[in-house]
Amino acid sequence: MESTGTNWLTVRKEIIGNALSIGVAVAMYGVSFGALGTTTGLTIPQTMALSLLMFTGASQFTLVSTLASGGTALTAVIASWLMGTRNAAYSMRMTPILKTSGVGRLVAVQLTIDESTAMGLAQDETAYEGRASRLAFWATGLSVYVLWNLATFIGAVSVSAIGDPKTFGLDAAIAAGLFALVWPQIKSRIEIAVALGGALIALSLTPFVSPGIPVLAAALVAVIIGWTTGRRFL
Amino acid sequence: MWFAVLAGAAGCYALKYVGSAIPGHVLEKPTVKQVVLLLPIALLCALVAVQTFATNQTLVIDARVPALAVATVALRFRAPFIVVVLIAAATAGGLRYFGLAS
Repeated sequence: MESTGTNWLTVRKEIIGNALSIGVAVAMYGVSFGALGTTTGLTIPQTMALSLLMFTGASQFTLVSTLASGGTALTAVIASWLMGTRNAAYSMRMTPILKTSGVGRLVAVQLTIDESTAMGLAQDETAYEGRASRLAFWATGLSVYVLWNLATFIGAVSVSAIGDPKTFGLDAAIAAGLFALVWPQIKSRIEIAVALGGALIALSLTPFVSPGIPVLAAALVAVIIGWTTGRRFL
Repeated sequence: MWFAVLAGAAGCYALKYVGSAIPGHVLEKPTVKQVVLLLPIALLCALVAVQTFATNQTLVIDARVPALAVATVALRFRAPFIVVVLIAAATAGGLRYFGLAS
């Protein structure tokens, strides 16, 4: 029991250290998000509300850039929801591990994102009666939540001071940032097909339908390819 | 704008909550799993394409295109996020400053 206790302290220290460094890395995206929010016409409180309440980066970037490209509020909202579907899968996976209930469950749900889930699942679920998994999830979730919001604020405030965002190439930076976000997810041939298909559908529809719709239409590519290829592994 | 912000946030929270409340086997279906995995890829790539080539409903080739090409090279060399973003901004901003692209 004595040695388990000492080990736990080392493990705990390591987990917390990792959680903090993930938070710092994510803060880079947070600054870009804050900057993007205010350059595309959201106020600072609206940009902050997204980071505080929505708290899932890809959906936030999607909502804001759909609005920026002239899409209606409704298409932007739907696109952000589609982007958030994977969080449902994450919280389903994490709930039995976290063993939360009541208010704890409501908070855990909000902190369920790519990073906290990945860190939680990276631990051995049975180690230290599940304490390692739970600590990894909570430490990462909280560290990312605090630093993401702080970074959003810094980005939002500093860019509202700049005039035309095009002068500094911020429009290109948005495209590059989104590309950097999706780049590590594209590995298999199926994923490449979905990536190219989504881009092509969006571009070919752009001249004919109102902004925002082309991006939603790209979701069909994922549904069709996902449905047909997912079946093969039944 | 507040409508988009609040409705978007409410839906995203609901999605996170739904996962904790529904029986596990629904999302364990291989087809559903695969669609959930591929959705962000399709949407983000569509956004990248639109953000690079479109101005409202017109397709254009301007300073954003070379900027994205440079960013792609940086990604291939595993450059960190912030470098990719800054390099793209510098390329587009630089080309515009010297009047080489709009």
